[in-house]
Amino acid sequence: MNALDFVLLLAAVSVVAGALGAVVGIGGGAVVVPALTILFHVDIRFAIGASIISVIATSSGAAAAYVRERMTNLRTGMFLELGTTTGAVTGAFLTTVVPTSALFALFGVVLLYSGAVMFLRRHEEHQLAESSDRIANRLNLHGAYYDEAEGREIVYKVTGTRMGLSIMYVAGMISALLGIGSGSLKVPAMDLAMHLPMKVSSATSNFMIGVTAAASAGVFLARGQVDPLIAGPVAAGVLGGAVIGSRLLAKLQGRVVRLVFVVVLVVIAVEMLQRGFHL
Amino acid sequence: MSGGGVGSGVGSGVGGGDVQAGPDRAKSGPGDEGDRRVRRLELVISYVLRIGVVVSVAVILAGLVLSFVRHPGYSGTIDYHSVAGPGYHFPDTFAAVAHSIASGGGRGFIMLGLALLVLTPVMRVAVSVFGFIFEKDPPMVAVTIFVLAVLIGSLAIGVASR
Repeated sequence: MNALDFVLLLAAVSVVAGALGAVVGIGGGAVVVPALTILFHVDIRFAIGASIISVIATSSGAAAAYVRERMTNLRTGMFLELGTTTGAVTGAFLTTVVPTSALFALFGVVLLYSGAVMFLRRHEEHQLAESSDRIANRLNLHGAYYDEAEGREIVYKVTGTRMGLSIMYVAGMISALLGIGSGSLKVPAMDLAMHLPMKVSSATSNFMIGVTAAASAGVFLARGQVDPLIAGPVAAGVLGGAVIGSRLLAKLQGRVVRLVFVVVLVVIAVEMLQRGFHL
Repeated sequence: MSGGGVGSGVGSGVGGGDVQAGPDRAKSGPGDEGDRRVRRLELVISYVLRIGVVVSVAVILAGLVLSFVRHPGYSGTIDYHSVAGPGYHFPDTFAAVAHSIASGGGRGFIMLGLALLVLTPVMRVAVSVFGFIFEKDPPMVAVTIFVLAVLIGSLAIGVASR
């Protein structure tokens, strides 16, 4: 395969990664890394470098639309970034101490568990009318958005801020240690612990993963893991895909987004378990 | 009222999203003023993200086109493994990227575009700090300043770790 075919094919695969990532609130690294390593036989170090770029591209590309449409809970997202950024810094310092294969395996198990819980809760799409969460009330993290699929304004209250913030800290740490966007952990945290509507969880996760990834992107750029001829087409393709995906999310039912997310979660979990047990 | 134009433009975009805010806006109560400010911040953040994305993708695409124009072999018989990934040295320092751009190298432009993409979320956080200052919302100002500081710190650590 010559370089031109490689760049064009890679960009096409990245469009799919970006669209999927934008809908379910993850960075698309789950598609980009296996595509690069298995399909194109690219060295894993460069695949991870491109994956970090893909996370930022999905996030910024989709969030531009979601923030404008009020699907993103801006205040909650920024509050939770306290956890993800400090977690990312902690993770950067732990890289030499923590055995990554054990972490991949553990992360895979956690994802399977949260996938199962999210699947079991698939019939509950009701919002909280009251919240006694002091941080949520003090910072006014509650929100409302117009749901295009249901044709009505959805008003919701936020709870479980301490739990959410703790999970975000762990998510940030995992991002830095494993070089992934960890939207797969952010969405369940907002959905299960904080009671945000599914589509808001996805859009807000999307909003946040860019900042988490940017925090560790410096390391990957400095280590020379971001190859322009690999990360360039990925960035361009993913951005295009994210714009398509962001149009899609508004029109999809929360239930559908949840099911797609659970499927993606299981696939990522398997991927993580494989990397954990070197299968 | 400068906010009025922004508000009505948004209403048509989101459809029924205005149903709840509509009557309040006409009365222009104190809560409405706050709501409009939040709305303005949302729009500004959305613009920052969009500008960052459009500029970086334009630079990346220009760099890709330039690479293929300067190396006709890339679209001919040259296998991608020999020009991407391990074994091929690409510009990965500030100096090397600057040098590559100065000499019209496509890879330098792609790296510049990727760097702009990485900086887009950082810009977004920086803009929200000012947004919350403007909104007179001290707790959120503190939150965003903290996030910005950690973000810049970790980016600096990363770049310096070389």
